[in-house]
Amino acid sequence: MGTKGRCLVSSRKDPDVSKTGQSGFSRRGFMQGIGVGSGALGAGILENEAQAAPPPGGFSGPGGVAITLRINGKPTNLTVEPRVTLVDALRNTLDMTGAKKVCDRATCGACTVIMSGKVVYACSVLAIDAQGKDIQTIEGIGSGNKPHPVSMAFVHHDAQQCGYCTPGFVMAAKGFLDRTPNPTLEQVEKGLGGNLCRCGTYVGIRQAVLEAAKEIKGGKNG
Amino acid sequence: MANYSWPPMEKRRLMGKRLERLDGIAKSTGRAKYASDFNAPGMLFGEFLTCPHAHARVTSIDTSAAEKLNGVTAVRVIAKPGTEIQWAGAEVASVAAISEDVARDAVRLIKVGYEVLPHLVKEDDISKAGTRAKAAGETVTGDLEKAFSEADVTHEGSYGIPVITHCCLEPHGQVVEWKGKEINFRPSTQNVTGVGGDLAKNLQLPATDVHVKMDYIGGGFGSKFAADLWGVESAQLSKASGGKPVKMFLDRRTELTIAGVRPSAFAKVKVSAKKDGTLTGWQSDSWATGGFGGGGSPPLPYVFINIPNQKKNHSAISTNTGGVRAWRAPNHQQATYLTCCALEDLAAKLKMDPVELFAKNADLTARPEVYRNQLKKASELMDWGKKWHQRGDSGAGPVKRGLGLAIATWGGGGHNSQCRAVIHPDGAIDIELCSQDLGTGTRTIITQVAAETLGLPMSAINLKIGDNSLPPSGPSGGSTTVGGVSSSTRKATINALEKLYEAVAASLGAKQDELEAVDGRIQVKGHPDKALTWKAACQKLGVKVISEMGANDQKNPGGLNAQGVGGINMAEVEVDTETGIVKMKKFVAVNDCGLVVNPRLAESQIHGGVIMGICSALTEERILDAATGRVLNADMEFYKLSGVGDIGEIVAHVEVLPEHDKRGIVGLGEPSAIAIPAAIANAVANAIGVRVQRIPLTPDRVLAALEGRNA
Amino acid sequence: MQAFEYASPTTVKEAVALLGNKWGEVDVLAGGTDLLSLMKERLATPSKLVNIKGLKELGGISAGKAGLRIGAAVTLDELMENAEIRKNYPSLAAAARGVSSPQIRNMGTVGGDLCQRPRCWYYRNGFGLLGAKDGKSLIPGGENRYHAILGNSGPAYFVSASSLGPALIALGAKVKLVSASGSRDVAVEKFFVTPQNEMSREIALLPNELLTEIVIPRDATKNATYELRQKESLDWPLVSASVALKMKGSTVTSARVVLGHVAPTPWSASQAEQMLAGKSITESVAEEAAKAALASATPLSQNAYKVQLARVAVKRALLAAASGRA
Repeated sequence: MGTKGRCLVSSRKDPDVSKTGQSGFSRRGFMQGIGVGSGALGAGILENEAQAAPPPGGFSGPGGVAITLRINGKPTNLTVEPRVTLVDALRNTLDMTGAKKVCDRATCGACTVIMSGKVVYACSVLAIDAQGKDIQTIEGIGSGNKPHPVSMAFVHHDAQQCGYCTPGFVMAAKGFLDRTPNPTLEQVEKGLGGNLCRCGTYVGIRQAVLEAAKEIKGGKNG
Repeated sequence: MANYSWPPMEKRRLMGKRLERLDGIAKSTGRAKYASDFNAPGMLFGEFLTCPHAHARVTSIDTSAAEKLNGVTAVRVIAKPGTEIQWAGAEVASVAAISEDVARDAVRLIKVGYEVLPHLVKEDDISKAGTRAKAAGETVTGDLEKAFSEADVTHEGSYGIPVITHCCLEPHGQVVEWKGKEINFRPSTQNVTGVGGDLAKNLQLPATDVHVKMDYIGGGFGSKFAADLWGVESAQLSKASGGKPVKMFLDRRTELTIAGVRPSAFAKVKVSAKKDGTLTGWQSDSWATGGFGGGGSPPLPYVFINIPNQKKNHSAISTNTGGVRAWRAPNHQQATYLTCCALEDLAAKLKMDPVELFAKNADLTARPEVYRNQLKKASELMDWGKKWHQRGDSGAGPVKRGLGLAIATWGGGGHNSQCRAVIHPDGAIDIELCSQDLGTGTRTIITQVAAETLGLPMSAINLKIGDNSLPPSGPSGGSTTVGGVSSSTRKATINALEKLYEAVAASLGAKQDELEAVDGRIQVKGHPDKALTWKAACQKLGVKVISEMGANDQKNPGGLNAQGVGGINMAEVEVDTETGIVKMKKFVAVNDCGLVVNPRLAESQIHGGVIMGICSALTEERILDAATGRVLNADMEFYKLSGVGDIGEIVAHVEVLPEHDKRGIVGLGEPSAIAIPAAIANAVANAIGVRVQRIPLTPDRVLAALEGRNA
Repeated sequence: MQAFEYASPTTVKEAVALLGNKWGEVDVLAGGTDLLSLMKERLATPSKLVNIKGLKELGGISAGKAGLRIGAAVTLDELMENAEIRKNYPSLAAAARGVSSPQIRNMGTVGGDLCQRPRCWYYRNGFGLLGAKDGKSLIPGGENRYHAILGNSGPAYFVSASSLGPALIALGAKVKLVSASGSRDVAVEKFFVTPQNEMSREIALLPNELLTEIVIPRDATKNATYELRQKESLDWPLVSASVALKMKGSTVTSARVVLGHVAPTPWSASQAEQMLAGKSITESVAEEAAKAALASATPLSQNAYKVQLARVAVKRALLAAASGRA
């Protein structure tokens, strides 16, 4: 298995390890140590608890376990306790905060990612159980100067207000369009039945998904 | 004195255009960083232990096991022995630890002894409230008894609208780092300017020690103005953990239990009218709860304020439940629901089209012409004349269609706001104000105004908001932001431009007041040939930087912004009378909103208000258990919000007419979110022929009404 | 979640060897949409978790001699998309489709649907499976709008949350339960049980057993599921009805009518079943059957409306089945 996660160790006896090295409140410090294929910050893992993954069939944990996740096409090593969900691993360990934690109970869809080609709630997948799967997150679709057609359609149709549900909706819509490239309005409504918005952006979302379907089919973008 | 007035409608290049929101791509690509997305090295996670009882006294608390748990950095007692707790979910202790999981483990190790005390959590039946109900006392206008006795028709009805929560998708919370003298505070807030001072006050520190920063907020709706106990506890946990940042966001259950509610409202209403529909009398006995502090008082009768004879009383009921916070148009959804349901019932009794009844009585409102025009417009968009039928006259078959109507009003105006416009010698421009964009499009609006004024493209503006080192701007509440920030931005950019004119006038051979900023140039008015490019003009500043302020004074907006709007909402529903299931077919919202800076964003606001209202009308309510005092549906599974397939067609009409435009800018967040539940409830009554007294219009209530078992 | 040890075996044999003999020690993780929520609420606090998604034996849908075999780890989405199921068991496809979140359908498994715990909000708020405080049930006098209208003489008042259970019972399906010492087949109808105390479960599975597959007999039936939900988007059904009719021409030779979300188990409406034998399905026959199906309903203080809803579901399911609409 991959490298052992580099851990930010912190315990009651040693409450101030962050003095060494990174200082202040910037995100820069946090991002040090996270890179493609390198050890990520094992947020919340006590160092002595981290262990290598056991042979299949046996139990591992309950302390940190070194795992490799294939996220947006890149293998990423990290150390997590078995109880850590995929959304927490993405957000807290890998600083991939596009997926949001809202209901944390497989209801609202804000944490939606695509796993093995299918939309899933990352709040209800254990990170350790996501090994060996292709995980696609909002960070992995489109690129900085060429956002994914679904993301662009959300902008064109103002399908977002506060935007907190938006990454989940965009991923749900992408997963839906991957399977249903020529949707009707009714299919769009059913296809996004696993996501909720509070600001009330559904009018724009319906239009955006229909437009994105045309855009993707036309191959104009991504 | 500079002329700050808005450019004439026909001359605007950017204001009034359907521009895309500036932060749209950041949001739809997941790159926008919300307070809850913030990570920092060594960051800790904070958690609360909350009280499981609706009313109890803490008798003992033992945190020793939690303190010993590996990975825990701090444990704090909030409710010391002797503390009386007034609602379930109240904070008892807090913990910081290296992960959320460890913090939650630790919370479970804290042992608390409670003396459980009697509680009251339900208020729908006022007769059970006893001494917890406090009546405000009767207000009387005219001679109601006489009005009722002389009326051609009277109607008496009971109506109720429940407590709902804000259910912001980003829960309440923050990251706080308290290191030495400095506090870095990253809250999810509607009040970047004021929230730091609030935290400082609670910590008994000077406000200058608290640095607030927030780029994005995941929903507020009126519930996120204060630093809150969670802000204070995060700070204390940080301090107790050697100054490491502590992230503390409420879990969904706690969020929906203690982070704010919209008060309920119930009423027994009696109204009277002449045969022609002229309203003559109003009587209401209303009651509500908004938690332990009592309940809001809806302004009754709503909009039709000048009904000549009135008698009103309102009782606030103190319940052992989480407290009220402003909820997008406080008291107005309740007031329009209680009023418009009674009026629709009265119209049905008169066999009169409610549109006629409303138009007939428009003179009893503060803006008769506005409402008459809006009724006409909305009817047209709904095709009301063709679709409306007498109540219950919905034809054969189990599925019935119906139409309903309701009315709204709101104040608005522009909050106090200061903006600094900085023009650098290289032509770069900073626009700085400590405001926040709740998703309403504030960033986009400010940039439109600044770029419009300076004659530049939007991309030339470097906007800075969300940091309390910037010039203060009001909290985003009450639909006051757009008026405030657009006016202060207009003034600051005009003031800065004046300074630029002063610097370049000589080289253009003109007087300062003969210049204008157009299409990226500073030119002699009407003479593109006598011009300097923006960049060349700024170079004339040498090493001098222009930095000018502009302020909006809420009390004296100088014609740039205004308050006072009306709105008419119409709903069309389909009700399956075998199942009681209500489906939205169409919704028409007509709003007047003054000068519209960005119609696309305005429409989004209206869509949002309507959809929130659909949730409230059909599915949304906080459900409490009388015996245990607990919120049973503090989740997103049974605290039901509509999904994308539940909303039907929505038509948002924004009036962009010179007579509205000349009023200046008026906010739209509140007025767009008021009359929806009332309109839908009325449509259901029209469809099925009977009144469902209480919302949400769930199958049990609809079927009960159909069977004559109105609760 | 409370910390736990985690294993991801690759064979059923390995998996069952890891199971415990007492509920609560070892839990089986499949789709995770229910179990992880229970663990977050600490309503489930296993010290060990056995992930069964790596067991190839639990996958696949295949026709065999005994009928159609559905692996327990088949997802609701796979079930709904399967051509054979759409053609011959539209009631099952409709039941899966009723789970109106694509994410849940992609994650949730057939076995998980049958084994999920009740959504009763007293249970989910920590008052135990039976929703009691100080030994007394909170439900009959409490917030019971979503609770049972049948089989609710106590102590259980929750409703079975299973979406597929009613359809599988109507189709006469069996489940295979495997332990380290052997296996047994149990009719889905017998798989659901009403717990009599806080310590027992609402399914016949033993803690050391794994549900590995479901087999639907080959009988040709006209079948349909009709579900009533308030929302189109993800929402629990208020009631559902699954029917399977064996026909001779237009005459029903035997009928199964099973209600969902009305009782602590899926509820076989035997009075309606008996009534339907020998009849042709017409609007009035369907209405009569619906009435018979609910004749013994005993609604609680707030849920009489569910009786009406269940009648509608039965009627509409029968009419859909007879007309070939699922």
